[in-house]
Amino acid sequence: MIVAQLRERLREGAISFGYARWTIVGFLLLLWISAGLLGLSLGRLFGDCLVRSGMNGVLVLALLLPVRAGNGLNFGIPLGIVCGLLAGVFVMELNATHPFGVEAFEAHADLSKGWSGFTLAHLIALPLAAVVGWGYGWLLERVRGQEMMVGIYVGFGAIAGMCVLWLKLPVTYEELIWPIGGEGVRNTILIDDYYKWILDGWMDIDFGESGRKFQRSEAFFIPTGLLIYWLGACGLIAMFLRTRSGIAMSAAGESPAYARSIGISVSKMRIRSTVISTVLAAAGILVYTQSYGFYQLYKAPLWMAFPAVAALLLGGASLRNATIFHVIVGTVLFQSLLTTSLPVVNKLVYLLQQNEIVDVRYSSSLGNIPEIARLIIQNGVILYALSRVARDSR
Amino acid sequence: MNRVKSFLRNNLVPLIFFGISGILMVLADLKVRNVSADVMERVFRNLFLVLSLIIPIVAGLGLNFGIVLGAMAGQIGLMIVQDGQTGSMIFESEAVARVANLVVAVICSIPIAMLLGYLTGLLFNRTRGREMITGIILGFFANGIYQFLFLVLAGTVLMPFSDTKNVVLPQGIGIRVTINLTSVEKALDEFPLGERADGRPRTASIPLNFEVEEADPNKPGETRVRKVHYGLIPIATILVNVLLCIGLWWFFRTRLGQHLRAVGQDAHVAEIAGIAVNRCRIIAIILSMVLAGIGQIIFLQNMRVMNTFQQHEQVGFYAIAALLVGGATTRRATIGNAIAGTFLFHLLIVAVALAAPILLHNAQVGEYLREFTVYAIIGFTLAIHAWKARSKSISTPD
Repeated sequence: MIVAQLRERLREGAISFGYARWTIVGFLLLLWISAGLLGLSLGRLFGDCLVRSGMNGVLVLALLLPVRAGNGLNFGIPLGIVCGLLAGVFVMELNATHPFGVEAFEAHADLSKGWSGFTLAHLIALPLAAVVGWGYGWLLERVRGQEMMVGIYVGFGAIAGMCVLWLKLPVTYEELIWPIGGEGVRNTILIDDYYKWILDGWMDIDFGESGRKFQRSEAFFIPTGLLIYWLGACGLIAMFLRTRSGIAMSAAGESPAYARSIGISVSKMRIRSTVISTVLAAAGILVYTQSYGFYQLYKAPLWMAFPAVAALLLGGASLRNATIFHVIVGTVLFQSLLTTSLPVVNKLVYLLQQNEIVDVRYSSSLGNIPEIARLIIQNGVILYALSRVARDSR
Repeated sequence: MNRVKSFLRNNLVPLIFFGISGILMVLADLKVRNVSADVMERVFRNLFLVLSLIIPIVAGLGLNFGIVLGAMAGQIGLMIVQDGQTGSMIFESEAVARVANLVVAVICSIPIAMLLGYLTGLLFNRTRGREMITGIILGFFANGIYQFLFLVLAGTVLMPFSDTKNVVLPQGIGIRVTINLTSVEKALDEFPLGERADGRPRTASIPLNFEVEEADPNKPGETRVRKVHYGLIPIATILVNVLLCIGLWWFFRTRLGQHLRAVGQDAHVAEIAGIAVNRCRIIAIILSMVLAGIGQIIFLQNMRVMNTFQQHEQVGFYAIAALLVGGATTRRATIGNAIAGTFLFHLLIVAVALAAPILLHNAQVGEYLREFTVYAIIGFTLAIHAWKARSKSISTPD
């Protein structure tokens, strides 16, 4: 009796998971099997998948609330990202003898390293992002109906505008400044001595022996701190969705007219969702960076919104509805797909070439395939979601 | 006074941008003659692309970000021509061969643009009301397919490109990142009109000269006036653009053009009146795509070098920013908007690029600031129009 009930529940769950997602799971399994057959270390690969999921997870989570509040996909998360980057640069500048060239400031080198540096970066980034996000939310209220398109422009504009600012920012610390010219922040900033892997390495479980610092073994490992941060953030948002404010936000997205009639200020809810989204994006880039190992400034964050959006949609969200479950499943699926496909294809091309099955001439172009596939899948998923919603609404 | 006021209100956006470029030029002390040649060249190579946006707006599809696909079709035409050098086989004169190549490139691009336009039209009919965001994402999506075709498949049996010197990578697979368009360069800008008496080619272009006052090297303390050559006025390109303007003007007076207009004004009413709305929208997109393909070919014959995998990416953003600067909205656009907008937009771009390094004392800033200007223009104008539409609907309750 219980077994039959359980089986029924499982069947329902499998169907509601959707055929599209099962196909992707199947494809992922296929990739993993071929990785094993090709002699790649599966443990290492799974560990990498976990790291990449945790790294990008908070950015995907940032997209959740705007969808629920009826603002659609928030392509404007680069706005939050630049807030995070700005905070990161600010914290590192504390190492200079006189930060920002102001005589009154003094160096606080200890403050910028380790947990205190990571926390301080959050303390600066999150309020900044909240203010910026409020302004962005206000703008989106002005352009009702075109939020997503304006979001793309705001995102691109923020990155391009910040490029100008990076060049003119009066930093003085030698690890930040361009070695030639002596003005502006450099392109990539190493954070090895600051807070690289501070989450990844916190209570991490490595099943092999890693040789050096910042090098992983070939066996499976769990980046515990990173996953705790991501899942903790997901938990917080899930709790928020159960509060009065969270329920009001979902109501404003599902049926604005009804929400208005029961006294919910729809535009206030939408602005609030944008603020939280921008704040999460700022935290997201800090998490991403501590795992990645360096800050990438200038045009590097230009395209960051798109993989995040694709991950959310791949998890089963639509333009109208998204859940924490969609965030987690989508991130793990999409990032695992990206993480696995590159080494598998590279190894495959190498082997084919070694055994002279494929001409050497083809190998460099075949190496491009994972990146091209990413572009097609990522934008294809977004296009599919756009076309589906329009048909529903007609 | 009222007329002045209404003129100001109706032309708010173009006036703002004209003012900004003027202020920048004064602040950075730029001379009109220094920017004029640059602005002129940019206007005439971009105008065709901007004009290609008008039909979809009139048909109610909004700003067609899908012209990226049309631009791809144009680039494919150019690749085919550069690889095959068709015209050079028939015509002895190099200049004439270039024109023939250009024509062949256009002919090759048209069926591709029509197919892409048809598919885009089908997609836009499924995503009614969100054509613009769909168009942006479609451009990115198509870029993936384009990269697959020209990085992985080009050079194989399926796509037999063979010119390893200029078009294909040395290993024979994949198209080069930059192609020198030797087969079509300046074919239209310097349209050949036979030879001069001294054997030099006669071209359909007029030199743009300015009289510059400078210190006389022979007589210290005195100045002399010298004629300096700043650029060429491309008469043939101007004629092609004028032809397109007349063509568009005529098109909107035909039966089909009127139908498109009706669809754009109210799709529901048009449907009841017996117009096949979906078919009209697809036709509008196809026409826009074909024109964008030709526009990209005109653009590239002026540039002479093609960045195979990047050139098309920004086409949509730049052309749309230009149209919006001219005072067009997502619902209304005229030929006048396109012409005024192209001029103002490129005046602004040139002014920003020249003024920024001077004003901000940094050589790299210009490039970034130019990009920021493009995004800011589109965001800003869209916000202004949204705000205008809202204030209008508040002031006239009906």
